[in-house]
Formats: sequence, structure tokens, C-alpha cells
Amino acid sequence: MTESASSKENWLRSLWRAVNIPTAAVLLAALIGAVILLISGANPLDAYSALLKGSFGSLDALSRTLEKATPLVFSGLAVAFAFKAGLFNIGAQGQLLLGAITAAVVGFGIHGLPPYIHIPLALTAGAIAGGLFSAIPGALKAYTGAHEVITTIMLNYVAINLTDYLADGPWKDTSPGNIVARTPEIAAAARIPVVAGIPLGFIISLGIAFIAWWLLWRTTLGFEIRTVGLNPHAARYSGMKVARTIILTMVISGLLAGIGGAVETQGVVYRYQPGFNVGLGFDGITIALLGRTHPFGVIPAALLVGAMKAGSSTMQFDAGVAKEITDVVQALILFFVAADMIVRWILRIRAEEGEKITLSTGWGQQ
Amino acid sequence: MNTTLESPPAWKQYLARWGWGLGSALLLLVLVLWNYAQNPTSTEAVLASTVRQSTPLVLGALCGLWGERAAVINIGIEGQMLLAAFIGFLVNVWTGNLFLAVIAGVLTGAVLGALLAFMSVTLKIDQIIGGTVINILALGLTGYFYQQGLTTHGKLQAIPLGPLADIPIIGPVFFNNPPITYVTILLVFFSHYLLFYTRWGLRTRAVGEHPRAADTLGVDVYLMRYANVIFGGGIAGLAGAFLTLEAVGSFERAMTNGRGFVALAVMIFGKWTPLGSWGAALLFGFATAMQTQLQFAGLNIPHQFIGMLPYLLTIIVLAGFVGRARPPAADGVPYEKE
Amino acid sequence: MSETLALEVRNITKRFPGVLANDGVNFTLRKGEIHSLLGENGAGKSTLMNIIYGLYSPDEGEFFIDGQRIEIKNPHDAITRGIGMVHQHFMLVPVFTVAENIILGSEVTRGFTLDMTRAREEIRALSHEYGLEVDPDAVVEDLPVGIQQRVEIVKALYRRANILVLDEPTAVLTPQEAEDLFRIMRHLTERGVSIIFISHKLKEVLEISDRITVMRRGKVVGTTTPAETDESGLAAMMVGREVVLQVEKGPAHPGEPVFAVRDLHVLDERKLEAVRGISFEVRAGEILGIAGVQGNGQTELAEAITGLRRVESGAITVDGAPVPDRDPRFLFERGMGHIPEDRQKHGLVLPYPVADNLALVAYYKPPFANGIQRNDAAIMENAVRLIDEYDIRTPGPLVPAGNLSGGNQQKVIVARELSRQPRFLLANQPTRGLDVGSIEYIHKQMVAARDNGAAVLLISAELDEVMSLADRIAVIFHGKIVAVVEPGQVTKEQLGLMMAGTPAEEVL
Repeated sequence: MTESASSKENWLRSLWRAVNIPTAAVLLAALIGAVILLISGANPLDAYSALLKGSFGSLDALSRTLEKATPLVFSGLAVAFAFKAGLFNIGAQGQLLLGAITAAVVGFGIHGLPPYIHIPLALTAGAIAGGLFSAIPGALKAYTGAHEVITTIMLNYVAINLTDYLADGPWKDTSPGNIVARTPEIAAAARIPVVAGIPLGFIISLGIAFIAWWLLWRTTLGFEIRTVGLNPHAARYSGMKVARTIILTMVISGLLAGIGGAVETQGVVYRYQPGFNVGLGFDGITIALLGRTHPFGVIPAALLVGAMKAGSSTMQFDAGVAKEITDVVQALILFFVAADMIVRWILRIRAEEGEKITLSTGWGQQ
Repeated sequence: MNTTLESPPAWKQYLARWGWGLGSALLLLVLVLWNYAQNPTSTEAVLASTVRQSTPLVLGALCGLWGERAAVINIGIEGQMLLAAFIGFLVNVWTGNLFLAVIAGVLTGAVLGALLAFMSVTLKIDQIIGGTVINILALGLTGYFYQQGLTTHGKLQAIPLGPLADIPIIGPVFFNNPPITYVTILLVFFSHYLLFYTRWGLRTRAVGEHPRAADTLGVDVYLMRYANVIFGGGIAGLAGAFLTLEAVGSFERAMTNGRGFVALAVMIFGKWTPLGSWGAALLFGFATAMQTQLQFAGLNIPHQFIGMLPYLLTIIVLAGFVGRARPPAADGVPYEKE
Repeated sequence: MSETLALEVRNITKRFPGVLANDGVNFTLRKGEIHSLLGENGAGKSTLMNIIYGLYSPDEGEFFIDGQRIEIKNPHDAITRGIGMVHQHFMLVPVFTVAENIILGSEVTRGFTLDMTRAREEIRALSHEYGLEVDPDAVVEDLPVGIQQRVEIVKALYRRANILVLDEPTAVLTPQEAEDLFRIMRHLTERGVSIIFISHKLKEVLEISDRITVMRRGKVVGTTTPAETDESGLAAMMVGREVVLQVEKGPAHPGEPVFAVRDLHVLDERKLEAVRGISFEVRAGEILGIAGVQGNGQTELAEAITGLRRVESGAITVDGAPVPDRDPRFLFERGMGHIPEDRQKHGLVLPYPVADNLALVAYYKPPFANGIQRNDAAIMENAVRLIDEYDIRTPGPLVPAGNLSGGNQQKVIVARELSRQPRFLLANQPTRGLDVGSIEYIHKQMVAARDNGAAVLLISAELDEVMSLADRIAVIFHGKIVAVVEPGQVTKEQLGLMMAGTPAEEVL
């Protein structure tokens, strides 16, 4: 509704309004990152140019950036989608792990399928695993009021333990010589190919982002989700099933995170190995907020963070800077996006009225 | 508004409020005593481990409750603990002075508390997001600055309290501990006194329940919130110092392992009271201590499943108790002055 | 009564975005007098008092206390100058005891510890001196409203207030409780306290005041005394024109019962029984009014019958068929219209555009949706039509509802609910806090709905509203219907007595 009818002449202005804070946040974070680099005795210019070279400097680098960005689009979408119902899914990490290992099991456990069946089958399996796992905090929130922030974080630890157990137990790679916890490699037919330097998974992520947008702004379900997020009392008043909407939103969010894990397994790692997907779910928080919790905003945000990941090894190699500096910069980006009041204050940008999500109205309320 | 409402007698109210917790505590006590009769050394070990495991949790819960009693939800306890653990560790490495290191940890927590207060009180950012910012910031900073191979200068050692330490069961469990554990127990009682029997506590609770009312009586809502969140941050900092300077003696990445979040469940289970939180933290500590026991007991359960226990317990406690306990009425709501 | 001024404000001006709330206001308060401040909602009375109490800072103006010019920057300044205020919405911490509430901000301590023993003694002494009995150890949320108000007054006196501002203190009281308050007020003035009494009820202002100042649209219209004026004179000053408070409506032609509840029991938030066995039916073409003092179970009753709150026991039926528990959509599907008590909490999604709010209840059905997709064109069309039909003042259908004035927000809800041509309409406090124009308009719409054959249930705390709109009046007290009467057969006073719990057979 809101965007469909906003007049065309304001198009540029609203685009500016959508990107001014995130852009400023990224620049400010890079600036403070430079200061931290200086303090720790590195040359920020060298570091950042190496970072750029490693992420956009060549076709190879560009392809790597897209590859890194792909799971991030999904975890960003997962967090952003839940935000619309006023839910903070910090559990994208755990849902992603379960998606990754389930895609792996479908990938190595089944043989002889053609790729056009095996790839979507493994992706779907990963999505369902993530969705089911995410239904738990959804149901707990809807029926007991247990805050999803704590339950999803606790479930992250459960997921880590569970996948560790599976990769070290029943689904362990038993090939001779392997002593670490990991699953066997998935069948070639389950691997998502890279076409002309573009990982196919990235194209899929664009399609899913569009579907997420359509769902939120063009369907009655999306209207219910956004109403629950903005005013659950009014949602109840108008006959919406708030509990059902909360659970459904969490399931969809978990599905998105689950695909993210599956894409990582099928497009990059080709197996499940503990420790390979660490932090992807948490990156989703930064990406969702940087993308202003809008499905289309998530894509450039994921590309940015993906570029930082892709370039960090080059940076470490060329400039001798620990690649964890990108984590610091990311945290700073998150800080400045979340604390947009600071950015507004620095840049003298006026605050706007808009759909504002409140997450912290206490523990027991719904 | 029920005019003829008769309150049930005080003991009934008390039982309704605390009966569940007291009941389970009593049951545990019986089990422990029975176990003690069978095997004194292992029981003492479990109990001592319970107290050790509960220390960061009760500190985290105190941090959370000081914030929430003033209506600021602190989901950044994890990050406060982690960065404090790291800075405390670094100061210990540089100076070799454990006392200075602990102070550095406490100050780190307090500074992050001030940051949270700035975000949630002054900028009125969503408090859950503000806390998450702190968590991710702490994770990033400690990850970047941490270099392996740093050597420490030892850790805080247990100080037996004279003859008290020789009392069976209680002695080794409560009176033969390292300093931060003693401070923690003192902090529990101090917090209880401060919250319920002093001007500071009365104003804090008023600000958490009905900030406008407090404001109309000349209580500075913002000041109270800042002060309490910073105070809480210092307590979380002490929890961080406990991890590196008293429990482990070194720093590891993400070593807090979700304790900051478990602490919030502990706080809710303890109904936003210091004594209740202490009891809840002991229960959680007991569950964690039993983990080790279970692993030694030769049960054929994969260690990962035992590792899930505290987290599952947290979820169960949250799901079962959130609806029953009543948080401060203004919890999580920024205050707008008119 | 002496002629010295306890308080004087000169030339107070306060602007809010888009509103001039106080426009060069002058006001004086003599020692020991009761000076009423009269005006409609939004006339600027509360703004002026909040300025005097330091909650708002004025853009212009000066304060004088005992002839001396002073600054009041915050409530603390006001308190030290001896100004106390009893707010319309009580400023009490519900979970605190009376004593804790009273000492908050002016605590007595022994060392660091609160000295509750001394606090209790001081409070007892105060209550005794001023005839305001309160139990220092009672928890505030367990106390009836009248007593809570007493606590507020004691709270001000505890801070040695000699200027007391009472902001709409009778809004939540029964007529009898109000009489009690007036007795206390007279008692206080005898002891040298000066009182500013804010109200929009003409009768009580005439009864209690020494002087009356009337405000309209942020300005002082004039100051008078009860001897010099009467109700119609004050009313004319208040609204600036002669108003017809009577709603024009013909006799009702009740048809079949549409909606009925039988022996309904409902619990409140604290699991106490708030509705204790209520039965009634509403017939097509009539307005049944439920009159009662706030907090006698109306909120729970309304929520239960609109599917928002669990029914403990009893039956709700529509056209004789039972209604499932907590299913608002079932009721909407069968023709319920619901104007909720709290329009911003339940009735609207403030950040949504007006158009979305106008489609909030029927959003899932044609024409607003085709299957799972929304039909934005139909939603817009509906909005444009209703904005025009119901005279909703908004810059456009895509403006967030939160940007509209209270009256226009309520019109959005009324438009949405009435445009669906309900067979059964529940209107809960439909005109609370609105300006006279909007009230008249909404009253007319409700009568029109009745004349179209809707069964209307009106719940209101405004006796005048119930008296003028309802065809039958059910009096609710303590979760029970204590009497059902016709408006022509009772006086306001009789209704008031029944609302306060006097048995109907003693009253009628």
C-alpha cells in the first residue's frame, strides 16, 4: 500500500531516505575501523585496498563475493522477515546449521538423481529442517510468552551440539583416514553449479527475496504478519489469529535460514563440517538492519558483508591484518545502523515517521 | 477494582509466590543429603561445583535485574561479560596484578553499561537491538584483539575462612572459595537490601513500574536508569572477570557460552529479586555440575546431549515461568519526558 | 477568605506542533479558595496545570507565588514551592504500598535505610488531621478508586502542599464519592489550602467553587462566581454557542433479539471475577445503554462479548446460535460492529495508512482480497469513499492514521464499523476524549444505525450520553446488572445512586 501509491517525483527522495543512514553507517564504521587498525599498528589504506582487491578486484574475486553473499542473503532475509512480525530471530544461526546438515544428508545419502531434482530436493529438505526448528521458539512465544530472543539463542547451542553429534556419530564420514567430525561429500548431482562466474545459488536468493517481498506486501498473510508486528492488540481485535501468525512467521523465517545453510552446503562446502558456518546467522542481524528490514535492502547489505568476507583473506595475506577486523567493522556497522539517532545527529538528517517495530515491550506480553 | 477484595493470608501469598521454588529446593536438599550419606566426597564436589557454576549466572542475573528494575532490558550481558573477561585477562597479562585486572573487568562492564544506557535511555533505540549491538561488538573486538599464546600470571585462589571452612558440607561449599565468589554472595544480600530497604531501591523500583509517577515527584528517571544500568554493567563485568581470573585463568573466544542469556532466564525464574535469582542460579549451577557427574557416571549418553542440558533447562524455565512472574510494568519501554 | 494571592500566572503561552494549547493565559488563585477551571476537552486546562506543576515548560509567561516572581522548571521546583497535583490518571505505583507511594521522592531515612515506621506515623497523623483515612500498608492496586484519590491528596499534603491542583478528580467517581471529595476539599480550604479544581461538569463546578474561570481553545474566556451565573451561562461560555446536548431521535421500534448473553462470568487480568453473572439481550432497532462507574466490569464484559477475552462460564448467542469462545472473526462474519474502548490500542494500527485501517477487519475478503492476494485498488476505492462519506479530515488516504486527530481517528473506526452495516454494534466509550463536534456526529451515526435495524449496545461512563442515547439502560455495579430502566423513568441522581451500589428497590 505505502509504496505502491507514493508518487513518482518523490522516488529519488525516498530512495535517498532509504539509503542515507545505511551508507553513512558503513562509512562511519570503516572510519572507526581505520582508527582501530592504526592503533594496532597496521596501515588502514593498505588494509582496505587489499580488502577491495580481494572482493571486487578481479572476476574471480567478484565471483567469490557473490558466493559469500549467497547464504548471507538468506540469513538476512530470515531475520528481516521475522522483524516484520515484531520477532527477533537470533536463532537464524541454529536454523542454518540444521538446514546445512540436512541438505548434506540428502546430498550424500541419495544417489542417482538428476541435478534438477537432487538440488531442489536437498534445498527443500534444508529449508524444512530450519523451518521446523524455528517453529519451536515460535510456539513457545505464542503459547507461553517465552521471549524468542532467549529461546532462539539457547536453541543455537542445542543446534550446535546436535549437529556436532550427528557429524561425529551417525552421519560421520567413515572414509579411511578421516578422524574429524564431518559428513561425507555430497553427490555431484546435489551441488549447485557456478555458471559463468555467477553462483546459481545467488540467483536463487534473488528470487526468494522477491517472493518474501511479495508475501509481505501483496498478500493477506503479509498484512497479518505486519499487523501483528505493529499492533498485536489490533490484530486480535480484527480477528487475526495472532498465535498462528507468530508461529507461521517464525517457520518462514526458519525456512529462509535453512535454505541459507543448504546453499552453503551445496554450493561451497559440499559437506557438513562443524565450524564452517559459524557466524552466518549472526551476520543476518547486521544485514537485516543494514537493509532496513526490507527484502530488497537485504541484497546490497549481504553483498557488502559478503565482499568483506571474500576480501578478508587477501587483506590478511597482502596487508598482514587479522581478518577479524571485518567482524569489528561489521559490529560497528550494526551499531551505527541500530543507533541511527547518532548518525542522524552527526549528519543532521531529520528523523522520519514510519513503521517502527518494537521488540522489547517486556517478557510476558504478546 | 474490587472493593470487598479480601487478601488471602500472608503465608498463603508467600507460598503461592515461592512455593514452587521452595518445593524443588527442598526436594534437592533431601536428595543431596541422602547422596551425602552414601558418598560424601563426590557430593561435596558437586556442591562446590554448583556454587562455582552459579557465580557468573547470579552475577549476570543481578546485572539484568538492576537494569530491568529500572525498566531497561539488558540483553547485552553476554557481551559485557565477554569483553570484561577479555580486558581483565589482558590487564592481568600486562601487569600481573589480579586486583587491578578485576577492577579493569568491572570498569569494562560498566562502560558497556553506559553505552547501553545511552542507546536505550537517551537515544531510545529498541533495547533488544541495543543489547545485540553490544554482544556483536564484544564478539568482534575480542576476536580481533585476541592473540593466542598470551601467558597469564595465575588466577585468584581459594581463601578458606578459618574454622568455618571445616564445617561438614557447608564449609567446603561456602567458606572455602576464591574472592569473587565471596563478593558475589555478599552482592546478593547487598542488592536485596539496596533494592527493598533504601531510598535508592524505592526510586529504582518506582522508575521501573511507573516512571511518570516518579517523574512527577521529582525523581530523575533518566539518572536512575543510567545509574542502574551502569551499576549492573559493573556486576556483569565482575562475572567476566570471574571467568578469566578466577575460574579458567585464561581467555578463549566466545568463552561466555551463552551464560549472559541463561542469566536472564535465571533472573526471570528468580522473579526479578536478588535472593530468588540466587536460588535459581544455584539450581542452574547444580544442573551444570551434574553434567560432569553424569559424564563420569559411565552412562552411555553422547556428551553433546549432556551439553545441551543447561540450555534446554533455560528454555523450559522460560516457557514455564514467564507467564507467572510479573516483570516491572514499564520494562523495556523508553521514557519520554513531556 | 483573604484577598492575598497564593498563585498568579501571567501571560502563559504554550505551543505544541500545530496547536496553540495556551494563548496568553492569566490566572489567579487566592489563599484558601476553591477556584474552578472549566472547559471542554482540549480547551487547554490540563496544559495550563501541567505548566504550573513544571511538567511542561511554557514558551512565554511568568509565575508568582505569594507575590514573588519564581521559576518552575520541573516538578521538583513546583513541590518545593508548595504546589501539589492530583493528576487525572493517578500517578501511583500500583504494586507499592500507600506509604511507599507517599514517601517516594521525599523519603525519610535512618542512615541509608528507609524509615518506614516514621513514615507510617507521619502519614497517620496527616490523615487524621485532614480527615483523609488511608491505611499506609495497603497495596495501592487493591484499593478502590476513591481511596486511591485520597492517597494522591495525602501525597501532596505530605510534601506540605498549600496549593492543590485537582485535575478532573470526579471523572472516575460515583456522585456519592464525589460528594465525599467535596467535603474533603472544603475541609482542606479551612486549613488554608488553596485549590484549583479542573472539571468540565457544570453542576459540580457550581456546587463547590468560590470562583470559576472558563477556558476555550487555549484562551481564558472569563472569570465568574457561582452567584453570578448558572449552568446554561457556563455552557455558553465553554462552547461559545448555545449547544443542544439532547440527541435528536425518534422512538425505538425494537424487533427480534439479535444478541444475548446469559449468566456470563468473566475474569480480569488478575484472575478475579470482574463480570459476575450478567444476562441481557439486545433487540434489533434499539440501543441498550450500560451505565456504570469505570472499573465495574465493563471492559471485561465488552472484551468477552467481542471475542477478545475468555468467557469463564455462561453463554453468548447471536440470533439464538451459540458463539464460540474468543473468536472475533466469527462475530464479524455474523454482522458485529465493534467500536473498541481504546481506539489506539485495539481499533487502529497507527503507523498504517488510513486506507489500510479502513480495511482492517474485512481485509481478507472480497473486494479487499482475491484469494491470498490483496487488492490495493479496492482498498483505495473504499478509503476514498469512506473518507468523503464520514467526513474524515485527513490529507489523504495514504497518511498514517497516527497523524490524525483523536476525533478523526475515531471517525476512521466508526466509518469502518458502520460501513459494514452491522446487525449488532458494540460501542464502548465511543466519544471519550472527543470534541463536541465529533461527539454529535458519532451520536447521530449511532442513532442512524439503530434506525436501520441494528441492535446497539452502548457502554459509557458518561451518564449524559447514556441518558440521551439509550432506549433502555442497564446499570452495572460490581460486575452485575443491578437494574434495567428506561431513560424517561429515572433521574440522573437515581442512576448515580444505583451506580454506587444502592439497591434499586431503595432508589426507585
